[in-house]
Parts: sequence; structure tokens; C-alpha cells
Amino acid sequence: MTAVSLHAITVLGHDRPGIIAETTRALAGLGLNIEDSTMTLLRGHFAMMLICAGEASSGDIEHALSALTEDGSLTVSVREVPEEPEHAALGTTYVLTVHGGDRAGIVSTLVGEVARVGGNITDLTTRLSGDLYVLAAEVDLPAEVDADALQAQLRSAGDDLGVGVALRRMESDEL
Amino acid sequence: MSSDPVDDAVGRWTERDLPVEGRVLEVVRAPATVLSSVGADVDPADPDVVQLAADLVATMRVSPGCVGLAAPQVGVGSRVFCVDVSAHPKTRSHHGTFVLCNAEVVQSSRNEKAREGCMSVPDLTGDVKRATRVVVAGVLPVTGERVQIEADAFEARALQHEIDHCDGLLFLDRVAGAHAIHARKTYL
Repeated sequence: MTAVSLHAITVLGHDRPGIIAETTRALAGLGLNIEDSTMTLLRGHFAMMLICAGEASSGDIEHALSALTEDGSLTVSVREVPEEPEHAALGTTYVLTVHGGDRAGIVSTLVGEVARVGGNITDLTTRLSGDLYVLAAEVDLPAEVDADALQAQLRSAGDDLGVGVALRRMESDEL
Repeated sequence: MSSDPVDDAVGRWTERDLPVEGRVLEVVRAPATVLSSVGADVDPADPDVVQLAADLVATMRVSPGCVGLAAPQVGVGSRVFCVDVSAHPKTRSHHGTFVLCNAEVVQSSRNEKAREGCMSVPDLTGDVKRATRVVVAGVLPVTGERVQIEADAFEARALQHEIDHCDGLLFLDRVAGAHAIHARKTYL
């Protein structure tokens, strides 16, 4: 009997109705459990990532999903991944938002500032809307990081790029 | 509306109190620099400011679904905005149409998250947490009368959104998380 393993699966390509239904039907047919998943449209392209648990091998999963890739409109990748310990937030969670005129280097410059102080980005979306470039990220900062100083650094980098930057403490209400 | 926390001077105010006709101006869109710049305090009796007040109301009136418009949105870096939430379904109490200069939030409480749009960011909406009760202080155009209004629900949100514009902030600066910005699916 095969041991339970985890697989990371990505499905990318031309969007149409039914991709998720076909993907999950194939996975269910192999007895796989979808643990975490996310799906969105990136500039109109279908993009889905899943972590699945079960006894199927990478080869079994690739075979079960092969119909998706037959017409060349979608690509599928399957890779076995180890269990990752769910790490608790490092310190405090902040929301980083950036908006301004589109140009090269906005994301790399600003996330570079976050990385420099050991901040961990746990969620990130960017969007280009006409000429407007928008980034929103959730950032865990270690307790020893001075968030005001980081905000000043980010603002200064943002000024050079011609974009507005805000770093705010994430609000969450415990009920 | 007897129990509504409506300031008399603001509640009675209408654009007919302005001695000039408003002109419909073009609404500027992000990433225009003026939208990210802190607005200057104004003299409420300055004829340019009075004209701007009338123009803001006129532009709001012709814009479907528009419940408020701030000077930076018509390309002017000044602390002036108009609001009229009277026809909006999320409105509880309201002060009708009014223009405030040099306004600031002096008290706020009872935060709630809701999805906001903005004429200057026409293709996106965002989830923003804002106070549902605010006290806002400012001055009326022309007379310069100092007023303090208590606003709730949707009018409170609109006031905070417009005051943010006067401070060079967009709703994009206040979204609640990485997945709180959305492509707009319906346009008014």
C-alpha cells in the first residue's frame, strides 16, 4: 500500500467554463483530498494551484489530468512536495499597498526593502488597470523590526519610482 | 428625520447658496499625481474656491452613482469636497448636498468593512474598514461658517473617503488585505 503524500498541482492557460470541474473530478477519482487551493484570472489567463493529499503518485495524477492539456490550451504541472509545518506569524502582520503609474521595477524594489529587514510576504496580488499599477501584500514583520522606519524606507523608494506606498497594521477582530 | 444627527446649517445648505453656476469638469484618474498630493487649505470666500465648490457639485450631479467629489479629482490640490448621499440605499441619516472646505475628522467610532469604488479609480473596487460614526469639522464655502457635523453609516463613509482625497489618499491606500482589491464588474 502506498503512503499518503502531498502533491502541488498547477493548471494554467486559456480560460473557459469547466476547467475546475474537470480538474477536481479527476483528482476526486484518484481519491485525492484538496487541502489548500487558490484560483484566479491573471490578465484573463486561468491560474490555479492546489495542494492535494492522497495515495496517488505524480504519474497517476499527470495521467488523470492529461485530457486537460490535449488541445494545448492548458499546461499542468504535478510535483510531490513535503509537509510544511504551518509556521505561526513571525510578529505582526501589516498590509502593504502601492499604487501609481506602471513602470518596470515597482514590485522588485519594494519587496526588496521588505526582504532586507527580514519581513515575510504571506500574500500578494498585483494588478494593472489601464496605466494604474496596484500592489497589495500582507507582510509579517519580526518583532524587532521598526515598522515606522520600514514605512519611511518604502515611501522613499516609492518616491523614486513615482508611486504611493502605505504600510498599515492589519486589523483583525477576534470574536 | 427629527432624531437624525443633522447639523442645521449644513442640512439647510444647497448649491443654490452659491452665487455662481457650476461647470462640469473632467474627472482625473489615478495615477495622476494630484490624487496622491496633500491638498492645500483654502479661503472659503475666495471666488476661485466658490467656483470650485459649484463645479464639484455640478460634476457630481452629472456623474451616475456619484455621492461625493473632492477637488483633487478635478485636478485641483485643495481641501474642498462635496457630498450628497441622500439617494443612496445604504444611507441612514444625511445632510443632503453640501460642500465643506478644510474639513477633518475629529471623532470616529464603530468601524465596519465595506466595498468602495471611486470615479478616479474606475476599474477597481476595494474593501475598506471605516468608522460608521464620525464627527467632521469644516467650513462652508462663501460664508466661511464653521460647522461640525455628526454623520453615520454611508454618509460617514463618504465623508472619510472625500477627506482622504484632500489628504492625497485613495481607497487603495486603505484596503484591508492582499485580496481586498477587485476588478469592477458593474458600472453605474
